[in-house]
Amino acid sequence: MIKESYLAPDNAVYRQTLEAGDYWMYVVKKGQVLRILDLEGNQAADTLFYSAADPTERYSAIDTIREQGNVYLTAGSKLLSTENNVMLEITADTCGRHDTLGGACATESNTVRYAHDTKYMHACRDSWLLAVAENDMHGMSKRDITHNINFFMNVPVTPNGGLTFEDGISAPGKYVEMHAAMDVLVLISNCPQLNNPCNAYNPTPIDMLIWDGTPA
Amino acid sequence: MRPQSETDQGEIIHSENMQGGAHWSLTIRAGFTLRLTDIEGGANVGMLFYNPANPLERYNAPDTLKCQHTFKLTRGNCLYSDMGRIFCSIVEDTHGWHDTVCGNSTRASLKSRYGSLTYQHYRNERAQNGLDSFLVEAAKYGLGKKDLAANVNWFSTVRTDIDGALGFDPDVSSAGARVELRFEMDTLVLFHTCPHPLDPSPTYSPKPIHCELFEALPVAEDDFCRTSRPENGRGFENTELYRRGLSVSLPSLGGN
Repeated sequence: MIKESYLAPDNAVYRQTLEAGDYWMYVVKKGQVLRILDLEGNQAADTLFYSAADPTERYSAIDTIREQGNVYLTAGSKLLSTENNVMLEITADTCGRHDTLGGACATESNTVRYAHDTKYMHACRDSWLLAVAENDMHGMSKRDITHNINFFMNVPVTPNGGLTFEDGISAPGKYVEMHAAMDVLVLISNCPQLNNPCNAYNPTPIDMLIWDGTPA
Repeated sequence: MRPQSETDQGEIIHSENMQGGAHWSLTIRAGFTLRLTDIEGGANVGMLFYNPANPLERYNAPDTLKCQHTFKLTRGNCLYSDMGRIFCSIVEDTHGWHDTVCGNSTRASLKSRYGSLTYQHYRNERAQNGLDSFLVEAAKYGLGKKDLAANVNWFSTVRTDIDGALGFDPDVSSAGARVELRFEMDTLVLFHTCPHPLDPSPTYSPKPIHCELFEALPVAEDDFCRTSRPENGRGFENTELYRRGLSVSLPSLGGN
């Protein structure tokens, strides 16, 4: 569902560019609004959420999918935790559909998906592992690396149970915005994948913007 | 035509019935097959997979689905770890579509649907849920909430429409339906027979299953699972490299 935001970038309290291949780990406070902005189009923002108070409670794709009764995420989707609490709610979305089935690229899964000689190419899960290793104040490890959201990715399920990877439906300037219902530790890998036609083999930067206060 | 079970020749080394609403775990060696049979029809078996030598390596549903371009699990599919290796291959399946994206029933979900079916009043007919079942079995190996992941729900079918809306298929599995998992590496398996979380049954009525373990035939070069997709060929190569590494290192470990 396409729903535009009324929030003005000039009023954001935070703005940061994240280049492809890098990670962003940041606490969004309860009541704040996070926007992820696809600057050049068809980029994948591989995103994990954790309760800042206790990262053992984390985003759960399976609980989110089941409870909303739909495999795609868009405006109105409540992103649930492993404890079935609402972590964030998507409040604006100019893309219309985001994936939470396809997971994140990894060096190991790249060897299966593409070819053995992709083993040494950069991958999202390496960015996440570096993030948890560098930020050890959160007490996190590989155990915490789980089933994520791919903002801006289009991974349709067919009626006969197939999974397809379509060209992105995102474009330069498209964004998704979410309201935090708890203090949320956000971990984004801006996907470095060079083997997938979804991003035209060209990973590009994204921006994160944060606003204080709740949307109307 | 569906060939006969590829593992019919194996001698059954263990079999048992598992009542509905129960949980169990065991380590299954590479080269063995676990056959699950839905005794009455309408069963659900929640299942998770770990490498017993390093439980940080666990079943990864997203990797499994995307590398085989599938939303459902059925014969020919392999179940992948996050390390690009294959825990097990689905070598036989008479049901045709198994779910791996809907997770588990919980204490709260069963209570809201069926009321409070406590042990105090119902003894072992109480309402047991999938999430608690996994937590109990995981804890036996030092694993906890952080180690859980998206699980398989054998015998339960969940379809999507063109807009992505989920629907639990009311045409549930038949009595006698079976699925066979041939293990390609040593695997710690946690499983339960609690109802699927979208099971609309008006009463709490988990169904029993029959479990059998037997030695699998060697994996042939033209094995159906191995050749069903080029991705699976590479998955088998990754798994064989790991198994060869294990066999080389074992004597030195044993010499301590």
